[in-house]
Amino acid sequence: MTDASRPLARPASPGELFVAFTLLALQGFGGVLAIAQHVLVQERRWLDQEEFLEVLAVGQVLPGPNICNVALMVGDRFFGWRGACAALAGMMAMPLVIVLILTVLYTHYAFHPAVAGALKGMGAVSAGLFAGTGLRLATALRNNPMGLPVCTVLALVCFVAAALAHWPLVWVLLTLGVIACGYAYHRLTARAARSADH
Amino acid sequence: MQSSFDLLLALFGHFVVLSLLAVGGAITVVPDMHRVLVSNMGLLTDAQFNASIAIAQASPGPNILFVAVMGYQAAGLPGAAATLAGIMLPSTTLALVVARWGRARRDWRAVQAFKAGMAPIVIALMFASGWILAAETPGWRHVLLTVAAAVLVWRTRIHLLVLIVAGALVGALGWV
Repeated sequence: MTDASRPLARPASPGELFVAFTLLALQGFGGVLAIAQHVLVQERRWLDQEEFLEVLAVGQVLPGPNICNVALMVGDRFFGWRGACAALAGMMAMPLVIVLILTVLYTHYAFHPAVAGALKGMGAVSAGLFAGTGLRLATALRNNPMGLPVCTVLALVCFVAAALAHWPLVWVLLTLGVIACGYAYHRLTARAARSADH
Repeated sequence: MQSSFDLLLALFGHFVVLSLLAVGGAITVVPDMHRVLVSNMGLLTDAQFNASIAIAQASPGPNILFVAVMGYQAAGLPGAAATLAGIMLPSTTLALVVARWGRARRDWRAVQAFKAGMAPIVIALMFASGWILAAETPGWRHVLLTVAAAVLVWRTRIHLLVLIVAGALVGALGWV
């Protein structure tokens, strides 16, 4: 992961944001989040792992599609509301055209075995992209004030709740999210008290 | 088709309300969309409603676009514009306001605690999304493809589009 050490860059214009988010959105089948992490953190270096996690955390807690919230916040960070509009428009415009064309085509080809098979294959790969991206992002937990063991336990419990017990996201955030943020606050307070002593 | 201004306004109004309830993405308010579009207004059949979600998942881009497909099937292109604008406007406005508020107060301990506390949660939700997607289609070859993709993403710098195209090919040939 040598590319994580390259210096951060920034987009030259809202136009570049629009193009980048269009390309990014067009690669995302069944979930754009993994692609977004790859493009924004690894390829373009507009954000580091921790900044990406931070934007994603806000996007996750707020209502609305988290990937659209991420686009909006990344755009806003560089060019204010113009950047926010450019990034969000890039995220939505071309995919919208494609999805409407597909709606018209769908009824004709949905049951063709090769098309159904291709969709299944792409679904399997998307699942892998999520898992692989999770593993990559996990490296950022080493610097977390809660410490790696606590982070690991929290992540495991959260995975069981969301993936295996099928809790609604609101429950996950109101229980585990609140506990985690409360504990992080406690650790940060303890750390500040310690550094005040010295 | 009752594609009058009143219908568009009604669609827009319903989706504006749902927008702020959709924590975790619009997929969480699908049951309510079904109640309004299929049961109450009779604009879509059950089959059309389900197809809207399937089409959006099969096409590139954010899954939220299923909302536009529903609007399109209910009232053509103006319908798509009404539902998509309705679901997006409130949540995007809120996201911008909150993001700016948080960035202006990045030194506050509460803001830092939020970032630190949420990091493992967000990562776990990433794994959960992968798990739920993978569980849709059982079978060991399918699992093998998922694991291979995960390891390649984690350990190599392979372009993700290459993986997706490879998955589509393997699937089209009937190997998964």
